[in-house]
Amino acid sequence: MTIQANSTAANTVSANTGPAPVSAPDQVTAPPGGIGDSAPRPDGILKVTGQFAYGSDLWMDGMLWGATLRSPHPSARITSVSIGEALATPGVHAVLTHADVPGTNRCGLEHADQPVLAEDVVRYQGEPVALVAADHPEIARLAARKIRVEYDVLEPVTDPVAAMAPGAPRVQPDGNLVRHLKLRKGSPDASAPVVVSGDYRVGMQDQAFLGPEAGLAVPDGAGGVDLYVATQWLHVDQRQVCAALGLPLERVRLTLAGVGGAFGGREDLSMHVHACLLALHTGKPVKMSYNREESFFGHVHRHPATMHYEHGAAADGRLVYVKATIVLDGGAYASSTPAVVGNAGTMGIGPYVVPNVHVDAYGVYTNNPPCGAMRGFGSVQAAFAHEAQMDKLAAALRMDPVELRCLNGMSLGAQAPTGQVIDSPAPVAELLRLVQRRPMPQSRQLPSRQLPSRHIQSRQIPSRQEQQANPASQPAPQPELLDLPGGAGNTTHGEGVRRGVGYAVAYKNVGFSEGFDDYSVARVRLEVSAGEPTVAVHTAAAEVGQGLVTIEQQICRTELGVRNVVTHPKDTSVGSGGSTSASRQTYVTGGAIQAACQKVRDRLFALAQYRLGHTVADLRLADGHVVSASADIVVSIAELLGNQVIEETVQWRHRPTYPVDPETGQGFAHVQYAFAAHRAVVDVDTELGLVKVVELACAQDVGKALNPDAVLGQIHGGSAQGLGLAVMEEIQVTDGRIRNPSFTDYLIPTILDMPPMHVDVLEYADPHSPYGVRGVGEPPTISSGPAIAAAIRAATGLELGRIPIKPEHLTGTA
Amino acid sequence: MRVTATVNGQTRQADDVWEGESLLFVLRERLGLPGSKNACEQGECGSCTVYLDDVPVCACLVAAGQASGRSIVTVEGLASGTDLHPVQQAFLWTGAVQCGFCTPGLIVAAHDLLTRTPGPTDSQIREALAGNLCRCTGYEKILDAVRLAARQMTGDAE
Repeated sequence: MTIQANSTAANTVSANTGPAPVSAPDQVTAPPGGIGDSAPRPDGILKVTGQFAYGSDLWMDGMLWGATLRSPHPSARITSVSIGEALATPGVHAVLTHADVPGTNRCGLEHADQPVLAEDVVRYQGEPVALVAADHPEIARLAARKIRVEYDVLEPVTDPVAAMAPGAPRVQPDGNLVRHLKLRKGSPDASAPVVVSGDYRVGMQDQAFLGPEAGLAVPDGAGGVDLYVATQWLHVDQRQVCAALGLPLERVRLTLAGVGGAFGGREDLSMHVHACLLALHTGKPVKMSYNREESFFGHVHRHPATMHYEHGAAADGRLVYVKATIVLDGGAYASSTPAVVGNAGTMGIGPYVVPNVHVDAYGVYTNNPPCGAMRGFGSVQAAFAHEAQMDKLAAALRMDPVELRCLNGMSLGAQAPTGQVIDSPAPVAELLRLVQRRPMPQSRQLPSRQLPSRHIQSRQIPSRQEQQANPASQPAPQPELLDLPGGAGNTTHGEGVRRGVGYAVAYKNVGFSEGFDDYSVARVRLEVSAGEPTVAVHTAAAEVGQGLVTIEQQICRTELGVRNVVTHPKDTSVGSGGSTSASRQTYVTGGAIQAACQKVRDRLFALAQYRLGHTVADLRLADGHVVSASADIVVSIAELLGNQVIEETVQWRHRPTYPVDPETGQGFAHVQYAFAAHRAVVDVDTELGLVKVVELACAQDVGKALNPDAVLGQIHGGSAQGLGLAVMEEIQVTDGRIRNPSFTDYLIPTILDMPPMHVDVLEYADPHSPYGVRGVGEPPTISSGPAIAAAIRAATGLELGRIPIKPEHLTGTA
Repeated sequence: MRVTATVNGQTRQADDVWEGESLLFVLRERLGLPGSKNACEQGECGSCTVYLDDVPVCACLVAAGQASGRSIVTVEGLASGTDLHPVQQAFLWTGAVQCGFCTPGLIVAAHDLLTRTPGPTDSQIREALAGNLCRCTGYEKILDAVRLAARQMTGDAE
């Protein structure tokens, strides 16, 4: 990795855009493990030794196991439910239906439109209908199958475009349109000498987090319940669970169990209410843990998209207009579809400056599996289309695709299609140049044996003359089978293989947008423990694997100069940490912790001055001590504090955003934008349609890398999920039914599918964020897939308007 | 049924095991060893990789009864007291752990690779770990971890 810092970038931002970034305080000399260090994870040893307790690892004496009966039909009326046989099964303690939901039988992130348990209709295959609690998970599953549900099966609504037509059958009582975002900028009638258009489709991607949906509900014996659960946002869960249980907030306490990845798929409820219902009904602890098949039905997915784009440019390549229609299939319930539509629309043309923009983005109800949050959240789908369009436009203009992007790319001060001025660094061209200038990976060496006749000439394969020029005494090295398309399948030794190179750049809004009150609460406590100053930091912000717990410690070390920092378990006894999504936690919860630490520091200094009896101007914190050069003071925090405890709780907000105009989409919608670019190099076996991604190079601006290793981990992992969407990952849905709910049939990248990755990290501080940080997690997921798709197009000459790109699309056999 | 086996060097016994239970279920739910993970329970993800008589297997695919009388080593059995095995240490040092759900299986698989092949090439590492899914890391730092562990274990530490 190379990290390039440019502290002057922030200074070029005009003065009216807010305060300068708060850097590491000059009042503190941080001990090792502060911000900027690749500090080790506090949960690392537990994780490598198998001791870390994930949701599915929880266990209590006498606990029961819960199971869920789900609808086999994407659309049906329930005519009867009979639980008698199931309830009579030995070992079964409870069988519950919607009639047993004591509160409001509705949940949902933005609209409470989804029953906790189905009432008279089911709207998607896998919708929960009934619950069982039993002594053993297999007894619970078998008993669930004994629940007799009679269905009147209906024709499902499965085409989102048809679902928008007047008179289409209604999935929800108020119609099938979840949201229509209109983005209007400049003239609707703009014309241009060079015009390209295209139709694009994106398949349904799964988050495929490895840790299944799981948790343990423990009744408190007084009508309340404690829920230990793997989730992304404890407080939004608590609100929904309480509504369904008909209990006040203080009777339902949530604690974060270990989370085995999330990627958006844990933003909605899964087993939360179900386990609590069973626990309160039986008076016993109840554990629920989905298996992989149930997981595919138990969480929302990435919205499939159907898109049409038209780009117009001047002869010199400058974009004149972009028109786009984006239809996102939200499935049966709203989940976060309104916000996904907002992103897909407002970010829909990519990080380019365009004077005339006309975008319509729609989110639609169908009887397909519900879709909601997944890493990249609306930008992923749009980026596949706008980046394909930029390549198509470059070809029409006979321009280099990187030059075209650099010519039109956003920079500081650019105006987004919403009219919002980008008031922090936006180094689109620089990111593209960084990946462009990387040395190319070596071409494949061919085997020295004679090639089969089906070999076709291509760029990376030496000609026969070149082979003959190779002295027989120095045979070319054998290519590693694993490096070729098809790998160990031994499907080619290089024949029929063509190389392609593709580029993409993308951006993502960070944090919650469009006027959402996006805040986080942090409680920081300083006290003396075993003679040492110790900081305890308590937030409800979910650690899902990304390393927020490490960042929390690092900020405390930097702000308070104390080595020993412990993170309190995440729970609802402190205020909301907001969602672990939208690449927002380091920014927002990080900001809250920084602010709380500053208050603690102020009180510590006040205490020091009180003890001294006079004011000292240059008090500082250095490795557990309060010091002053002018007053020649060195006093340990331990000595100063004694038995006293300093505790501060801060609710912290980023600067406000605002709703966009409903007719034009104009407005200050997003608090921050984050940018990434990729170059992909691929080899394609054009005869079999097999793809090997040879190398990925990524450049991303992260503002400030608080933990460089963790930043790299996010970029590597995000790039891998984009690769998966480009070439292999799709939930296949036919007539509303999922055909591949398993890791046997839904493929995610393995270590053999992932190429070596080179990452360049830029650190252009955002003047509005704590330490200048910029959200990291999502951008690489957005740009890697389009770069790979572009590389495959370059290798094959095919148009390829749909991802994932599968062998049949490359061989003409689709 | 009753299942008795040697687990991490100790004789362990589980009673009232239902015949359909996997070795993974018995380890996790009856013997208090949840380190082996339940990501797919169909042998695709490698998260439950354990040694069964020195051969790495997916514990989810082994019927509990098949493990009777045999020797099992799980991720919980690799460290010596508080001293981490070099493979475990390397995963921490290189940043190869994020959510960590794949980590126990990968550590057992990498442990097996480095036992058999002390100085593996990158291709050998990729082939050996191809049965272990990770959703967080993109595998870059996992490769770094195995390379580092290989150097540590052969005394070739830099």
